Amino acid sequence: MSLILDRVPVREQDPQIRKHNFNEVSFGYNLVEAIQEAKRCIQCKKPRCIDGCPVNIDIPKFIAHVSEGDIDKANEAIKETNNLPAICGRVCPQEEQCEARCILGIKGEPVAIGRLERFAADYTMDKTIQESIQIEKNGITIAVVGSGPSGLAAAADLAKLGYEVHIFEAFHEPGGVLIYGIPEFRLPKKLVKKEIEGLKKLGVKIYTNIIIGKTITIDELLEKGYKAVFIGSGAGLPKFMNIPGENLNGVYSANEYLTRINLMKAYDFPNSHTPIKKGKRVAVVGGGNVAMDAARSALRLGAEEVRIVYRRSEEEMPARLEEVHHAKEEGIIFDVLTNPVEIIGQDGWVKSLKCVRMELGEPDSSGRRTPIAIPNSDFTIDVDIVIMAIGTSPNPLIISTTEGLKTHSWGGIIVDEETGATSKDRVYAGGDAVTGAATVILAMGAGKKAAKAIHERLLYEAKEKEKYASKM
Amino acid sequence: MFEILDKRILAPNIVLMKVKAPLITKKAMPGQFIMLRVSEEGERIPLTIADYDRQEDSISIIFQEVGFTTRDLGNLEAGDYIRDFAGPLGRGSNLEGLNKVLCVGGGVGIAPLYPQIKFLGEQGSYVDVVIGARSSDYVILQDEIKNYAANTYITTDDGSLGHKGFVTDIVKELIDRGNQYDSVIAVGPLPMMKAVCDITKKYNIPTTVSMNPIMVDGTGMCGGCRVTVGGKVYYACVDGPEFDGHLVDFDEAIRRQHMYKKEEQIEHDCRIK
Repeated sequence: MSLILDRVPVREQDPQIRKHNFNEVSFGYNLVEAIQEAKRCIQCKKPRCIDGCPVNIDIPKFIAHVSEGDIDKANEAIKETNNLPAICGRVCPQEEQCEARCILGIKGEPVAIGRLERFAADYTMDKTIQESIQIEKNGITIAVVGSGPSGLAAAADLAKLGYEVHIFEAFHEPGGVLIYGIPEFRLPKKLVKKEIEGLKKLGVKIYTNIIIGKTITIDELLEKGYKAVFIGSGAGLPKFMNIPGENLNGVYSANEYLTRINLMKAYDFPNSHTPIKKGKRVAVVGGGNVAMDAARSALRLGAEEVRIVYRRSEEEMPARLEEVHHAKEEGIIFDVLTNPVEIIGQDGWVKSLKCVRMELGEPDSSGRRTPIAIPNSDFTIDVDIVIMAIGTSPNPLIISTTEGLKTHSWGGIIVDEETGATSKDRVYAGGDAVTGAATVILAMGAGKKAAKAIHERLLYEAKEKEKYASKM
Repeated sequence: MFEILDKRILAPNIVLMKVKAPLITKKAMPGQFIMLRVSEEGERIPLTIADYDRQEDSISIIFQEVGFTTRDLGNLEAGDYIRDFAGPLGRGSNLEGLNKVLCVGGGVGIAPLYPQIKFLGEQGSYVDVVIGARSSDYVILQDEIKNYAANTYITTDDGSLGHKGFVTDIVKELIDRGNQYDSVIAVGPLPMMKAVCDITKKYNIPTTVSMNPIMVDGTGMCGGCRVTVGGKVYYACVDGPEFDGHLVDFDEAIRRQHMYKKEEQIEHDCRIK
């Protein structure tokens, strides 16, 4: 059998149309396309793709089921290790993970694992939601802080093992970054809601409007009888550059900008009551996925000109290639090797962005080449909105109110990498609260690891108790 | 869902609501705030806690019906439910050990000042209170305050009650009369807090103000509530809402408060249609 080097292309909304709406960019595969793409997989004896997956999905197995047209079985195979495939199929950086290791990638394009995962999840979604799964409960209650990717993953695994899981969410709606951060055109909220419904079917209870660290502390949770706590509280305070003009009206953090649009539906103002400034000329500072999301959202709110301002070159951009590609297709301008030095205002509002040109020097500790300002290269760009998308630092609410919880100097919670165990007994953590800004799938992987470690710990404890009891 | 236990109209468009929220009530401290949302389409807004009752598990909020959300909230009655109600957020006031304090409240800002006056009174501090409003109709909580204050002074813009003029007139007079205050606490409209700070700065009396900037989440995530204090940027939701009034950049805060003026007008026009 000869190898098919090219992937089955995926149908997408036309860039000229989609830049005016919030509907999903990619339509995803249909059954025929999915089967055709699945058949490209050569079913390696020693599949390398599985090692590339942070949650070790048995990729060849699920793809084999897709190629046979048995999508229910494919979905089951994925769900053995991944509870949120509709989400991961969309937002995982597969090109750096599973697909990067695909043997077909050497001569041609790797199998479109992400698209197939998404297809299997979407195709079976309505069916899987209706089934209520019967799990024997063990009567032990675990608290999960935050309902983002790490919390949802930990909760799902613990619930399947028979634990009573209570998730505490600070916002009025569960989902964390999947709801407030990632825009509708990349991850439809309907899907996130369905995945969360699926979790509830496993018996997980979600309490919204509860801010752990404020409404209830971690110590109080333990006192109340929770046998373990998993902290997946996510990213925190947005970073700014500390340049003049950052508090002018019209300057947003990407967190605020995206939360207004996604969680609070400001794009539908005034039907939705949360306002947002719709700029004509928008500059987004940063080169990650969040920067791309903010820029493309600005375009969809009606901006005439949106630019990414990034201090290194395009090669160093941390954003997914696909996102950069989509952004460019939609007409986002890329000002690379450009660094803002001042936001200039008029009557208190943003008027322009003063920048300098940069060049790349020696590699720094992250291995990326350090950008250096070129003397006397400053110039200004007329803008009315500036969005800072340069990362976040961990939220202080939990770490400042939990005794004995050790953190790095930058605020991230210190954990054992294998188990997610923190310095505090019975308290585990994972996701952005531990790593700083990272990906959905890494957070999910951390949630799963912690769930396993919590289970092993509690099993051991139960056995010890039994031993002790039998000696009496 | 959070039940409204009681509703009272304190003044034209100024409403007090007692909301059943056992978990928040257990933790609430003077100076802290809650975030609420009235409906599915509603905006999340911060409101400073006006009182808390640990016997009946209630948090009191007092608000002026000025915007979309506060008008929707004002349309609810006792027995109705508020969709989302979360807190307590922000740091509590640092009131312990204060001997003699001057509390200055303006308009609806008298509401968040009240739990501080109560706390100070209960711990045995000597508290002088100056409260100001547009006219006598708008003076709220004066009887409650008198329970804890040594002296209560009232000012109105039109002279319909108490001194005709501004709270700052009385503040200056009290200090000039030789009162030695450990601390001044001012809560009210930004221009009022600024004016109070301008006076107390001259006399070198530590002054705390409570900032109420625009927020989305209130939990340290959006960064919308940036306040410049002593040249450094702070987040009112996690670092505040109270700050050293002598260091706050009030002009910036006033400007940022007006960020959505235009949108508020659009909302208003839509409703009338």
